[in-house]
Amino acid sequence: MPKHVVTANRLIDGAVVYLTDCGGWSERIQDAIVADGKEADAALTAAADRAVADCIVVAPYLIDVDTAADSSVLRALRYRERIRSDGPSIHPEFAKNLKG
Amino acid sequence: MPLIKTSGAGTTASADVVADPWVSVGDDDPLPAAAPVIVSLTRWERDRDALLATGRPVGVRLASHQLATSIAGDLDHLALVALEFPTFRDGRAYSTARQLRERFGFKGELRAVGNVLRDQLLFMHRCGFDTFEIAHPDAAAAFAKALAEFTVFYQPATDQRTPAPRLRHLRSAAE
Amino acid sequence: MYRYDEFDHAFVRQRVDQFRDQVSRRLSGELSEDEFKPLRLMNGLYLQLHAYMLRVAIPYGTLSSRQMRCLAHIARTYDKDYGHFTTRQNIQYNWPALKDVPDILMDLAAVEMHALQTSGNCIRNVTADQYAGAAADEIEDPRVWCEIIRQWSSLHPEFSFLPRKFKIAVTGAPNDRAAVAVHDIGLRMVRNEAGEVGFQVLVGGGQGRTPVIGSMIRAFLPKRYLLSYLEAILRVYNLLGRRDNIFKARIKILVQQVGAQVFADMVEDEWQHLKDGPVELPDGELERIQAYFAPPSFEPLPTLHAGFVEAKDRDPAFAAWARSNLADHREPGYAIVNLSLKPVGGVPGDATSAQMDTVADLADRFSLGEIRVSHEQNLILPHVRQKDLHSLWQELTAVGFATANIGLISDIIACPGLDYCSLANARSIPIAQQISTRFAELDRMHDIGELKVKISGCINACGHHHVGHIGILGVDKKGEEFYQITLGGDATETAELGRLVGPALPYDKVADAVETLVDTYLEHRQGGERFLDTYRRVGLQPFKEKLYATH
Repeated sequence: MPKHVVTANRLIDGAVVYLTDCGGWSERIQDAIVADGKEADAALTAAADRAVADCIVVAPYLIDVDTAADSSVLRALRYRERIRSDGPSIHPEFAKNLKG
Repeated sequence: MPLIKTSGAGTTASADVVADPWVSVGDDDPLPAAAPVIVSLTRWERDRDALLATGRPVGVRLASHQLATSIAGDLDHLALVALEFPTFRDGRAYSTARQLRERFGFKGELRAVGNVLRDQLLFMHRCGFDTFEIAHPDAAAAFAKALAEFTVFYQPATDQRTPAPRLRHLRSAAE
Repeated sequence: MYRYDEFDHAFVRQRVDQFRDQVSRRLSGELSEDEFKPLRLMNGLYLQLHAYMLRVAIPYGTLSSRQMRCLAHIARTYDKDYGHFTTRQNIQYNWPALKDVPDILMDLAAVEMHALQTSGNCIRNVTADQYAGAAADEIEDPRVWCEIIRQWSSLHPEFSFLPRKFKIAVTGAPNDRAAVAVHDIGLRMVRNEAGEVGFQVLVGGGQGRTPVIGSMIRAFLPKRYLLSYLEAILRVYNLLGRRDNIFKARIKILVQQVGAQVFADMVEDEWQHLKDGPVELPDGELERIQAYFAPPSFEPLPTLHAGFVEAKDRDPAFAAWARSNLADHREPGYAIVNLSLKPVGGVPGDATSAQMDTVADLADRFSLGEIRVSHEQNLILPHVRQKDLHSLWQELTAVGFATANIGLISDIIACPGLDYCSLANARSIPIAQQISTRFAELDRMHDIGELKVKISGCINACGHHHVGHIGILGVDKKGEEFYQITLGGDATETAELGRLVGPALPYDKVADAVETLVDTYLEHRQGGERFLDTYRRVGLQPFKEKLYATH
């Protein structure tokens, strides 16, 4: 079973964001809290639903992440999600995960 | 269900919460003593003569797939037609309303029922609806505001709002 | 060009105020996302892969230099300094913040623009021939009627919650540059035997997952009846179009299910109750709108400017550009100039704010302040004197708009694809970049001749792949990007849908495949045949054999 993180778009500006371990939302997938197993998934989903009700984010969902190779680097498994986390492949200069 | 009734025409129209004298009855429910009743198309087609024989005002409720032509011949006997919006995205009742008003000349009460929201109220009013069943009575003020959000309309519809092409024509004729 | 009067200004401002209220109700939580979504969509605002996306209408593809400067200002102020011209004569901004959108709409309103009905299940931005009002082959300027349709359809109370979106395209010329046969309604201006101009009406065309060429339901509709007839079509569709399945909700499915003749009869029946009614234009309104589209004051000029001919003889690069990027103007001594938004290796349809500003300046200096946008994602200066062409070309070269490739293999239509779009299965833009880089050499491109490559990143077909001479469709195979290739599509007056050649190819084989198809064409080409002509003569087989023998 792959591990999961929660992603969504921030309501006010639409930015792609990830739920962090302090209950906030970060634009960098690196900051995301990783869920391993069904209970952890449910806890993340519940936290995301609260953020929807509080008008912080819209349309949250779980995505598969790859932590196997190096646990310090988080990477989305699906190509679509990598484009979401890294920005359009044709605009590498927009990539958020490169900075900092 | 709280009921809103619009009165006045054109851009001076207002929306107020009113008491609803009508009783909706199911297809096999007994009729109430003397109140005006709203029935489904099925019951209307089945019990038409019996309903009319009671002498009370009768209204028919059409589901969104039921066409105006299904009651066009009976409109003289109907004091009310209710058109359903099962969701606000289902826009069939707008066309049915205009056909009832414009093609078949229905003069009775035209009621919007179902998922009736303030953001569609002006469209409904323009298509000939004059009463609206809404979920919360405290929304009445917002509904009144929605009626006044626009003063310019580009196309003629059932309402009395004069469309911009006609206003331009009138203005140039006056010059 | 049309100019707003007090009614139009008031209407658009009221619409902005209404949306500002809706946005604040959303941000405060009074509106849920489910309730807000259809409201924002009707103002052109999507939530895409990375951010919100705002789609601004460029009605029938006509822009003034002032409007173009506003589009540049929006890119610079509220976005990442660029915009994307789409296949529906819209411009998309990929990164606006929700909180800024009411301000953006207010800036647009100041230059008589809006984002109304660029999304949602309503009558969308009406599109037209990009050469309208300038083309040598035009019967009448279709923009007069496009503007009439634009106004009539704006917040139409009956047709704002249709079963599905609804697209209308109009051409005033027999050579169809507006792809009217693949629209929900396609209108062709035609002359009848008495010499009167009216509309031939097509319905039920479209692309998407069920591509269909539209059916003609009326050979000649007198112009004065256009609105009542459109209202009849829309009413029949609104009442009877399917609402149980989003994939079967377009008018094309209804027309297929009942048959074009039965559909035409239903429209006719409804029309009898609408024609000559209040929806027809009052006296004077047609003339009022027509006056805005009166031809600008052209100078009397000789048919051919000697300096233009000499410059072509002297300068082969200019001659190549003139061959591909100019079109015939109806006035002697003038030309229609295409600015290519398809530089080699570039993103089809993208322009930076600086480029937009430059185009606005060039339009003021060379084209009476007018600009056009084509569904093929290029810009047009419609009224350029032949004697100015060489200097204009030099300036276009400096800003990167002079790639001599209009109608050629690197003039590719591509949807935003998986790089931006939340519906996409595969990327489109990098495929276009690979192909244009592969065929960068100008002589080779010109030798190949007219070849329309169209790429969509999913079955919704925003990249028009069904009507590409070579169509490319991105699909997802177990998480990998694959591409299906179709041949023989045609969006013009001889419209046809492309046919699938064979199994889909992986991402890194697409440019090779296109090269193989081109080589096959060159082997079989006779005389002055275009790719499409050769394909129609020899059929799919030779291409298929070559493609799958090689790959």
